[in-house]
Amino acid sequence: MSQKYFFAAAVALGALLMSLPKMQSQATQQTPAQTSKKQPSDKHRPQPSDNEGQRIFDGQCARCHTAPDGFSPRITNAIVRHMRVRANLSATDEKAILRFMNP
Amino acid sequence: MSRFSSLNSYWKGRTLGLLAALAVSSISFAGAQNVPAISGGVAFLTSTNGGNTTYTPLIEPLLAAPIGKHILIESRAAILETFSPDSTGYNHTHFAGLTYLQGDYIASPHLTIVGGSFLLPFGTYNERLSPVWIGNFQDGPLIASLGLLSTGTGVGGMLRGSAISRRKYSIDYATWFSARSGNEQFNSERSFGGRASLYLQDSRLEVGLSYDRSLQGTQENFYGTHVWWEPKDTAFRLRSEFARGHHAQGYWIEADYRTQAFGGLNSWVGRFEPLFRMQQTFRRDTIISDGLPLVNTQRADFGLDYNLPHNTRILTSYSRQFSSSNNTNIWETGIVYRFLFPAWKGKSQ
Ligand code: HEC
Repeated sequence: MSQKYFFAAAVALGALLMSLPKMQSQATQQTPAQTSKKQPSDKHRPQPSDNEGQRIFDGQCARCHTAPDGFSPRITNAIVRHMRVRANLSATDEKAILRFMNP
Repeated sequence: MSRFSSLNSYWKGRTLGLLAALAVSSISFAGAQNVPAISGGVAFLTSTNGGNTTYTPLIEPLLAAPIGKHILIESRAAILETFSPDSTGYNHTHFAGLTYLQGDYIASPHLTIVGGSFLLPFGTYNERLSPVWIGNFQDGPLIASLGLLSTGTGVGGMLRGSAISRRKYSIDYATWFSARSGNEQFNSERSFGGRASLYLQDSRLEVGLSYDRSLQGTQENFYGTHVWWEPKDTAFRLRSEFARGHHAQGYWIEADYRTQAFGGLNSWVGRFEPLFRMQQTFRRDTIISDGLPLVNTQRADFGLDYNLPHNTRILTSYSRQFSSSNNTNIWETGIVYRFLFPAWKGKSQ
């Protein structure tokens, strides 16, 4: 195949890939931080900050990689501090994500 | 360019000992919730270029150890074997080295001070996509070496953080200075640089600019820009970078997608991840100092990854590369496992 046709085909394929998400209807159900051993204190969490934590988690934590399948809550602090530095998260975002992951 | 060409230092027992000491010291400083995390990727990769197949088993372990309320020590190593064919059969090389080792001090909501050997924040590939468990393609982009000043790491200091963070947008920055270092473990060029990006959270659009300058030998400037778009509620990602150096320039643009239309991301169909990457490099003159191809090159990469349960991924791709010197096909396959666990056992709280 000549180079010209090859690239025409490649670009067409790329365009097709890009149009795919528009055909998408469902929302991503990335349950974040399925921390394997969640503490049972969930019910005391105030609702509004909960949603805020979810919103920030969704907006920040899937930017560079997929969420891990699950991890021990003992390393949440290490992970979130690491990601705060790597992703230049704000202090507020860091707190909200910590609360969201380890209520 | 392979992801390893920037690693040119050798593993030393000393450094391991230092890391262990750092990890242990974080126990005495803080409560149970400051347990260090050990993470990273293990992979077995194959690459067939012009009929020759290279096999690479590799492990990239990472340690992230928080100390007290403001400090984090982080480091990543790479240990790999490469088996490649030669006239006598198979030739085998070994590499082990620390990729980076840095201390981060979170000084204020807007400022983190980093010291040590750190990944250069030029563009996005080096800091974000180079870990083996993150990259969608096994191979880094052709322009990956532009702006990375031979080694991809700096030895010195960096200031970084979130400059502005609002509900709808945020701006972040990173700026650094590196000394020249000929240390076996941490090699770097005397240089400085920085990156700034704007992120629009609602549209999930990020745009950034990078700059750096080598301050040794013939001083050269590098400029970069990146655009990432990952529309909300989709598993579609479009990432791109352009970089320009003194002697060459180029770009890559990568799209990847997982469908949720057949029972969600974790259905057997949803686990497929088709990928496409387009790349071009252009020489501005014939001085070869930047690791880019010697002649103008175009390359299309087609990939199909499969995301297995339990943090395991299969990567496959076919690439066709065109240049005036020759056209080649590159086939790559790999299996990657991502691990993540606390540095030691213990109870919660
Ligand atoms: C700017 C890109 C980026 C963003 C945004 C990001 N990560 Fe990461 N993450 C990385 C990179 C890169 C690594 C691997 C670090 C390395 O190998 O040097 C990583 C590693 C990890 C790890 C492995 C353990 C570790 O600390 O290395 C976990 C878990 C993780 N990220 C979770 C998260 C969560 C939760 C968020 C949301 C707060 C997040 N990430 C946001 C880039 C990012």
